[in-house]
Amino acid sequence: MSETQVFSMPKVWNADVHTHYCPGCTHGVAHRLVSEAIDELGIQNKTIGIAPVGCAVLMHQYLDLDFIEAAHGRAPAVASGIKAVRPDKIVFTYQGDGDLASIGMGEIVHAMNRSLPLTIIFVNNAIYGMTGGQMAPTTLLGQKSTTSPSGRDAKMNGYPIRVSEMLATLAGPAYIERVALTQPKYIIKAKQAVLKAFKNQAEGRGVSFVELLSTCPTNWGMRPTDACKWLEEHMIPYYPLGVLKDFQ
Amino acid sequence: MARTLMKGTEAIAEAAIQAGCKYFFGYPITPQNEIPEYMSAHLPKVGGMYLQAESEIASINLVMGGASTGYRVMTTSSSPGISLMSEGISYVAMAELPCVIVNITRGGPGLGNILPAQGDYTQATRGGGHGDYSVPVLAPGNLQEAVDFTQDAFDLSQKYRTPVMVLADGFMGQMMEAVEIKPRKTEDPVSNADWALGWRDERGGQRRIVYSMHLSPDELEAHDTHLQEKYARIRTNEARFEHFMTDDAELIVTSYGTTSRVCRSAIINLREEGFKVGMVRPITLWPFPSAGYSSLPKSVKVILDVEMSAAFQMADDVRLATQCEIPLMTAGRWGGYSPSVRQIEEKCKELLNG
Repeated sequence: MSETQVFSMPKVWNADVHTHYCPGCTHGVAHRLVSEAIDELGIQNKTIGIAPVGCAVLMHQYLDLDFIEAAHGRAPAVASGIKAVRPDKIVFTYQGDGDLASIGMGEIVHAMNRSLPLTIIFVNNAIYGMTGGQMAPTTLLGQKSTTSPSGRDAKMNGYPIRVSEMLATLAGPAYIERVALTQPKYIIKAKQAVLKAFKNQAEGRGVSFVELLSTCPTNWGMRPTDACKWLEEHMIPYYPLGVLKDFQ
Repeated sequence: MARTLMKGTEAIAEAAIQAGCKYFFGYPITPQNEIPEYMSAHLPKVGGMYLQAESEIASINLVMGGASTGYRVMTTSSSPGISLMSEGISYVAMAELPCVIVNITRGGPGLGNILPAQGDYTQATRGGGHGDYSVPVLAPGNLQEAVDFTQDAFDLSQKYRTPVMVLADGFMGQMMEAVEIKPRKTEDPVSNADWALGWRDERGGQRRIVYSMHLSPDELEAHDTHLQEKYARIRTNEARFEHFMTDDAELIVTSYGTTSRVCRSAIINLREEGFKVGMVRPITLWPFPSAGYSSLPKSVKVILDVEMSAAFQMADDVRLATQCEIPLMTAGRWGGYSPSVRQIEEKCKELLNG
């Protein structure tokens, strides 16, 4: 009986490395979507990634691509510097919410506004993961973290920032979409969004931004399945899925 | 080109272009704004790009990205802006990327003022950011040197894969002088393909990672050691200084940058009056040219450190270089003032007659 292979590791994935991600974390799904997009567009040799700080800091070890590692929040500036010098390359950043929406808010706003053709992957899990579960700009009201032990209070901490909506007010960006990574039906949409964000750049359009709602079972203190449920019940109502900006 | 009357900032900008810099990332701050203005007008003509950042923090990170491709890139700023860049300079030094940073210094601390001062010596020569790293610092004493040292800075940065700083104060940025700017021979960026990003095809499919993180203490210790060995080579090979009328001197004035011009005039006048005065002028502030002091004649009785810095920041390096064997005195102005020729003359006479 002949066998037909229907599933395999992405070509740009370094098959000999194991990731450090916690069980149930959706960074693995997010990495796969990025890898598959690069595979499908055949751009492995011309892609340069910007690894972030935070949980994805070792991303440069997982994907077989040219990579540079940026300081906290500075990935969009580093990416812009590369793209300015090498417009023929595909340049992407992959950043968490603490990195992109807190310390790096200035860099992301202005990179989006300049709209050099870049691909920005924004992983929003509403908490600081790598540093151990502290409050992020995206932490929901009432959500407990190690630095909001009684739950986030708007009076002290303000409201969670809807980054995609805010960036969508800018004239520059080509494409902004928010997707989720908890169920196949969401992941299929997420894959299309990530692919489109890379394709836009390959076709010379301005900056593309995909926000991936992601889980952090460890720091949320939940089982992976409960985390997926919590994301759908609490994050999606506040961070609605969908296209916020599209060049078309 | 023939000798042309140019403003310091514009001369530095043109010198960079003639040294093969096609990409400039910066943020306006007085007194160096003519550099980004010049670059924005002239880089497109050579097929390059000027990109104005939203802050100095972004500037140095744009530089980091640009430098990672192996092309010659540059940023310029002034004192408070360099403070903001310090984080990025530490990363660029750690990641071993070549780039040139020009600091046209002003008065501080804090917002200070926009007039010339030399209060950034310690920040410049001690890295300025976190961790164990050093940045070569070239301090021109006139505009021709500002031109030449800017071009030297690109070569040094490529040779050692390190950020290199040109430190000049607001006088040097704003004065005009005749300069000759020659095209500097540069290598094709593809010659950096061995380490730079974006050349995977040229490397036959091999990827490269530019990073500054070493989580394992063994790896970090090894990399820190590697950096220190590189800095030791720079100390050995690149320390530069000038001796002026030192042969029989009893009093040595030591100063760098603009103040060295004032001191030079004072020394010429004093020599005409028969006073045995000379000067040691550090050209590289890091590595500090200790040989400039250890090679002084036995006739030297005292050193006068002249700075536009209230803290006389270079004096400590001079004491180290002389192993405190020669008494050190200080003179200067700060807050935006330069010491006058007369002030230096009077101080020297006081010390020699005292």
